[in-house]
Amino acid sequence: MVTNITNFGRSGLSDWLIQRVSAIILALYTIFMVGYLLFHPALDYPTWNGLFAQTWMRIFSLLAFLSLAAHAWIGLWTVITDYIKPTGIRFAVQIVVMLAIFVFLVWGVQVLWGA
Amino acid sequence: MSNMRSLTFDAIIIGGGGSGLRTALELAKSGRKTAVLSKVFPTRSHTVSAQGGITCAIASADPEDDWRWHMYDTVKGGDYITDQDAAEYMCSEGPKAVFELEHMGLPFSRFDNGRIYQRPFGGQSKDFGKGGQAARTCAAADRTGHALLHTLYQNNLKNNTVFLNEWYAVDLVKNANGDVVGCIALCIETGEVVHIKSKATVLATGGSGRIFSSTTNALINTGDGIGMALRAGFPVQDIEMWQFHPTGIYGAGVLVTEGCRGEGGYLINKDGERFMERYAPNAKDLAGRDVVARSMVMEILEGRGCGENGDHVLLKLDHLGEEVLNKRLPGIVELAKTFAHVDPAQEPIPVVPTCHYMMGGLPTNVHGQAIMPDADGNDTIVNGLFACGEAACVSVHGANRLGGNSLLDLVVFGRAAGMFIENALNEGIDYLDAVESDIDAALARMNRWNESSGGESIPELRAELQETMQRSFGVFRQEDQMQEGVKQLAELRERIGKAHLGDKSNAFNTARVEALELDNLLEVAEATAISALERKESRGAHSRYDYPDRDDVNWLKHSIYTPLDKKLSKRDVNFSPKTVDTFEPKIRTY
Amino acid sequence: MSMLQVSVYRYNPETDSAPYMQEFQVDTQGRDLMVLNVLEIIKQQDSSMAYRRSCREGVCGSDGMNMNGSNGLACVTALSEVVDKRGKLVLRPLPGLPVVRDLVVDMGIFYKQYERIQPYLQNDTPPPAIERLQSPEDREKLDGLYECILCACCSTACPSFWWNPEKFVGPAGLLQSYRFLADSRDTATRERLADLEDPFSVFRCRGIMNCVAVCPKGLNPTRAIGKIRELLMANAT
Repeated sequence: MVTNITNFGRSGLSDWLIQRVSAIILALYTIFMVGYLLFHPALDYPTWNGLFAQTWMRIFSLLAFLSLAAHAWIGLWTVITDYIKPTGIRFAVQIVVMLAIFVFLVWGVQVLWGA
Repeated sequence: MSNMRSLTFDAIIIGGGGSGLRTALELAKSGRKTAVLSKVFPTRSHTVSAQGGITCAIASADPEDDWRWHMYDTVKGGDYITDQDAAEYMCSEGPKAVFELEHMGLPFSRFDNGRIYQRPFGGQSKDFGKGGQAARTCAAADRTGHALLHTLYQNNLKNNTVFLNEWYAVDLVKNANGDVVGCIALCIETGEVVHIKSKATVLATGGSGRIFSSTTNALINTGDGIGMALRAGFPVQDIEMWQFHPTGIYGAGVLVTEGCRGEGGYLINKDGERFMERYAPNAKDLAGRDVVARSMVMEILEGRGCGENGDHVLLKLDHLGEEVLNKRLPGIVELAKTFAHVDPAQEPIPVVPTCHYMMGGLPTNVHGQAIMPDADGNDTIVNGLFACGEAACVSVHGANRLGGNSLLDLVVFGRAAGMFIENALNEGIDYLDAVESDIDAALARMNRWNESSGGESIPELRAELQETMQRSFGVFRQEDQMQEGVKQLAELRERIGKAHLGDKSNAFNTARVEALELDNLLEVAEATAISALERKESRGAHSRYDYPDRDDVNWLKHSIYTPLDKKLSKRDVNFSPKTVDTFEPKIRTY
Repeated sequence: MSMLQVSVYRYNPETDSAPYMQEFQVDTQGRDLMVLNVLEIIKQQDSSMAYRRSCREGVCGSDGMNMNGSNGLACVTALSEVVDKRGKLVLRPLPGLPVVRDLVVDMGIFYKQYERIQPYLQNDTPPPAIERLQSPEDREKLDGLYECILCACCSTACPSFWWNPEKFVGPAGLLQSYRFLADSRDTATRERLADLEDPFSVFRCRGIMNCVAVCPKGLNPTRAIGKIRELLMANAT
């Protein structure tokens, strides 16, 4: 067993599962968004705003944001541990990535629920 | 060489093939300080190439099977110079050793009832030759040696055996009393030379098929243990007995298992005739290997060989169907495609008898203790020296080994040697230490190579040695040709003694290893040549035009070759098994 | 004369400060030799050439090397399969492992990963007086797994193993791990799986199948790794 403390799950299996489930959610969200835009060729701000005013859409979006955060973290953590060998730099890059994801997530929630 | 590092073990096992690993496993379990020293990573040892199986009366294919029938076949197969007490031990202990392997995880093929699959092999019978063909060879498809070797290595890992991998044993170290107290070894990766001190030194170095130019043996089979023993003055037994396997792939020499014929394949000549029906009307293609190999050569010599030059015969398998071939003989299908460029499901494989196995070796008792006859011809034990597997001559194979008996030999006598050494160590062993002059003696030949400054090249001398052996000591032998061979080998000894090691670097110097191996090839070749010349009869694998018959009056004996005077003497064959009646010599037909 | 141009990676730690490629001309006499035969001819010209070899028939796994960019066994790779259109043969050691000398690599880390998966049968019940029974169907599950010869062609063709050789078991080790997981006689399934659950040991496999492409025995480590993942899932959900 290889131990690791910087990934959250500490289990390759849960990482692997999260990666796949979040990918499905992101795919569904993307398909929905692309479809919505295609069906509303003359989309204006009130219609767009109205979509996001509905609770189900906010929940769906929040789910997508959380999936994106998890997916990005696991993916980037993997890339970082593959390619960055010096421990100090690797740890620093991990902190930066983690902070960025956290900021974007909070900001996303604020945009979604703050309006 | 006072600056040389030394390592101390209770037992050192030289060779990481089947017999060495089985000995090591027994000793590792005992908690004794032991190590396996191998010139290749253990799973690269030649046991890995064994295909067809391990012959043993486990009563799976036939619930009535009896180890005594197996013993009868073994004694008969060996043309009656098999030691009957040793054959009795191997055949009766065999099932225990095979079940142990299965418990260790060996992935045997299976029958529908879940028991180990057994296939027919050459020379096997029921009811002491009276009950027809038996199926007694336990198999893991046609990769039994691979499966066995990996299983043994894995279980040595489990038991924390110490391995000195890619180390080469150069020579034995003897003390003032002539006891073997260790060896000189070379770490191939770094070039460091080390003195290994040990209370028990086990030669599990395998065969030496590379003395011939056409052989099924791996490139590493250079008789290192035999060479070391001969240089240290110890005798070898029945070394003239070399098995030529009937089915080596024509041109490449790669082995095609006897299991092909066990599964129903057969040999044909250029007329498409199944010629073994003429030579062995009962057993046909499953007669003893010596019988089949000779029959093939007869066919070729009488103009019924195949191909442009009429110099081989064909092994027909296509009638077995693709399904049987893929299930039972997948490795053969692969090898035939790679080395003969034929798909055995469509076309027959071109084959020719090819040097395969050394029946002779270091004479030992069933405990693996090396034996040396004293001045009166009585057996004495060589203190500290053990041998097992192909390097040893217990002798269970006599003048001709039966297919599937080599793997059984490995595990039964590897295990026996391990158990004996464990007991001996527990009772306490105390030999004189080697002094500086003893160590210097063991270093002499390596120093010779390291100081060589000119002379002939190693690969050319090796090729010449192999061609000499092939020409003069093949399937059929005769006086004048053998005399010529002995003379050429004497000249080669002169020339090899002056040959040149061009590369004297330290890191992974394979040229140095090949130089050291060449010395061993020469020792084995010369012992073979002189013994073959002196045994004036035909028995088992030793077949002479000038003495075509077996001579039980003069030669129902082991031959003993002593290196110091290069003379051959005789040693009695054991005819006294403990629990069964003696099998009296009979005319051997199949 | 039919000359083959061969370019070989050379490095002797005692005399060379850096590795280099050396050119050889080899007379094949028009025969379709195996790459190992070509190396033997070169060694007659230059005895200092170092490579491993043993069985010369593709079962011992000694002579894994990189031939014209692809890993394989020199003894069962014919020139006709590997020589490029320019008639050139380039031989390099297996990638990703430290070079000891010339074509000889230090396989220590590869063997360490093999040992890590406990490559031996574990069964906590006392053995019977005869063999443990196994149905032909259960035995068939080991086909395509037990045949591995530990040549390291697969693991040294795997980028995940290049990046994390200390942590990712690699295709060869995982194939053997599944060989014991799949064995009806082995009772240590739970312990074996627990040891593989972390993000590195198994899950660094990205399924690019380089291992399958180079395996000289035609085995499929990627499929075995997929099976291990399935077992981990079944065990944890």
